[in-house]
Amino acid sequence: MTTDREKAGWLKRIAIVGADESDEIGMVPHKGVLQHHSEAALNALDDAGLSLADVDGLFTAGSSTLQVAEYLGIHPTYTDSTSVGGSSFVIHVEHAAAAIAAGLIDVALITHGETGYSNRFRKVSRAPMDPWFPAAQFEMPYHAGGPPSTYALACMRHMHQYGTTHEQLAEIAVATRKWAMLNPKALMRDPLTIDDVLSSRWITYPFHLLDCCLVTDAGGAIALTSAERAKDCKKPPVWVLGSGEAHTHWTLANMPDLTTTPASISGPLAFEMAGVRHDDIDVVEVYDSFTYTALVTLEALGFCKPGEGGAFVSGQRTAPGGDFPLNTNGGGLSYTHPGMYGMFLLIEAMRQLRGEGGERQVPNAKLACVNGTGGALSSTGTLILGVD
Amino acid sequence: MSDQKYPRPLPTPSPEAQRFWEGTKKHELWIPYCRSCETSYWYPRDFCPHCGSREVEWRQSEGKGRVHTFAIQYRAFHPGWADEVPYVTALIDLDEGVRIFSNLVEVEADPKAIRCEMPVEVVFEDVTDEITLAKFRPVSE
Repeated sequence: MTTDREKAGWLKRIAIVGADESDEIGMVPHKGVLQHHSEAALNALDDAGLSLADVDGLFTAGSSTLQVAEYLGIHPTYTDSTSVGGSSFVIHVEHAAAAIAAGLIDVALITHGETGYSNRFRKVSRAPMDPWFPAAQFEMPYHAGGPPSTYALACMRHMHQYGTTHEQLAEIAVATRKWAMLNPKALMRDPLTIDDVLSSRWITYPFHLLDCCLVTDAGGAIALTSAERAKDCKKPPVWVLGSGEAHTHWTLANMPDLTTTPASISGPLAFEMAGVRHDDIDVVEVYDSFTYTALVTLEALGFCKPGEGGAFVSGQRTAPGGDFPLNTNGGGLSYTHPGMYGMFLLIEAMRQLRGEGGERQVPNAKLACVNGTGGALSSTGTLILGVD
Repeated sequence: MSDQKYPRPLPTPSPEAQRFWEGTKKHELWIPYCRSCETSYWYPRDFCPHCGSREVEWRQSEGKGRVHTFAIQYRAFHPGWADEVPYVTALIDLDEGVRIFSNLVEVEADPKAIRCEMPVEVVFEDVTDEITLAKFRPVSE
């Protein structure tokens, strides 16, 4: 029996044909946000064998497509600035694939650029929130302060409900660092132990410093097109086989279940569309804003049962050489995390599926699962990507 | 107390939440309730987010509930909190069936002193002449 979601699989096959970071990532105080967008765009298009003149669809988050298109000097006929946090760029893939499948555009460019590290020195401040908004009225007065405080509340409930431990969370930080040590572009490449994580200072209990992602400067971009057009590109295509997106809340008090994420919705949508099983997946790239984010996402996606994430990641199972390669670029925890990290999940999945992973290449990686998370565990996009 | 002396973010009551903030000022906790699906909901809206009905009213809460989850903030995310850390944020499940974001007070900011499902009751903190915040403190079982 074919389900509706399987039927919704793209009428035409959609390919990701280019992916790259901006020229320099990490601590880059001499470059601005739009430089990161444009360098990454040019690099990704070059990787695809395409040029700016080929782009008719532009997708970005954080910045508006108005600003990015002008800076790039292009006049797109289809744009999407969907901005739902770090998951946005993963969600853009579904939107871009739909636009290409519908015949509205030929070449979609998704760009990202942020200077999360350098903003503090240039005194770049966030846009103030409308004081009548629920978060301003019912969270801010109680010292809700950004992602560490909200994700910590979710993690604490998970620990209470399932007995998840600090040591299990630290397993993820250590395994992810081992991948970063194999990635020349990763910011943090010194060896790390479980004890190092557990003895690092508290940021927000239950998170130690080393449970938290980096704050860096970086840009990234990917290019998509139809199967037909992909034949003319430089490298073999990476197919978008399945996709799903979901969001469930903005303020944490309205999160339906603190111990999961909307990946419990977007994950099944993506797997169903792709028609693949969890056992088929060779490499997994999930958002790791915190160690907990990665742990709970594996549960929400169905790689293990709710509450079993701690046991699942124990024994360095997700490290190089383990039987569950996870966040193979070193993740937001050790490679880079400029603020909205989703773009970098896509770039790494591309590299693994193309066999461009160098020292960190997962042997014979044919099928990848990517999941971006945004907001306060609010939004997710899941993709199943594969090569012939 | 004046606004100038309170250095932290203050709420600005929105039109649909006036009744809530008028309540806290009188040291009362009022929660929106849907007459159609007979459910309390949070936060204040002029309609029920569960069923879409506009048949809604305000009901006074007993101010009792349990800690659904908590976190201890060691870093001040706003400079006004710098001398208050470590500080406890929490989601409170009120007996009326809604979950709200608040702070735990009158408790040591130590994971050994706090646990999920711990019973709590509301306390009111008059932070300015105009604004009173509803916070929660532990009570015995």
